[in-house]
Amino acid sequence: MLYRSFFPRDLFADIERMQRELDRNLGGAPSIRGGTRGYPAMNVGTTARSVDVYAFAPGMDPDSLEVQIEKGMLAISGERKNEPAGQGATVHIDERFGGRFRRVVSLPDDVDANAVTATYRDGVLHVCVARKEPAQARRIPIQ
Amino acid sequence: MTGKETIMSEQASKREEAGRAEEALLPPVDVVEDAHGITLYADLPGVAKDGLEVRVEGDTLILEGALDLALPEGMEASHVEVGIPRYRRVFTLSRELDSGKVSADYRHGVLKLRIPKAEHAQPRRVEVRVD
Repeated sequence: MLYRSFFPRDLFADIERMQRELDRNLGGAPSIRGGTRGYPAMNVGTTARSVDVYAFAPGMDPDSLEVQIEKGMLAISGERKNEPAGQGATVHIDERFGGRFRRVVSLPDDVDANAVTATYRDGVLHVCVARKEPAQARRIPIQ
Repeated sequence: MTGKETIMSEQASKREEAGRAEEALLPPVDVVEDAHGITLYADLPGVAKDGLEVRVEGDTLILEGALDLALPEGMEASHVEVGIPRYRRVFTLSRELDSGKVSADYRHGVLKLRIPKAEHAQPRRVEVRVD
């Protein structure tokens, strides 16, 4: 005990790890709408032919999900209704999101707003927006 | 009712060990208790039914799921909020729960678990007689 260091070697590593975990859980400064990033969580990816948006919105009736594209913005909205606890039941943990939500992402300029597909599978809404054919390089004749 | 906290407490230390071995997302859950048992709801969006694993080891309940989004080939991520393709959460079951009779139901990314209380822990009404 006498020779034990006040700073065990992995203390800083532990602090760093805690900080990382905090960052991951809190995600930096909170947004004005309360959440750090909002609900549902979203991943966005692009391929040469499409822009793919994945919204993690489990437990939804697919008919109650709304997907809109307007002025280059993709909006996903809906309402999540969780099963209410029965009478005389005790809620021990209540972490899951409930209620209305809406999230908007901006799309690149070259998307075709008329070629959109939306599928809901295992609680993830996948919106695939096709991109317009890349502009062909054209030879301009000189007159 | 007393000792509510211990009915279903999380094992932070175990979770931490697991987290060090393999990073995983912590799925949000709701836990509701009624007279006959506990109902647990867990959000596991992106997990196919085959990728979901619910295990009871002794008094430990383990929920695990592998994310399967079937991403198109050659996709480049431009914005990522769900960055770990795995969910994991561990709970300790208290003794009055009958871990042999856990039933599970999975739909649209939501797992619903029902854990009934053991026979001896079921509420019983005692008739009061007046002589």
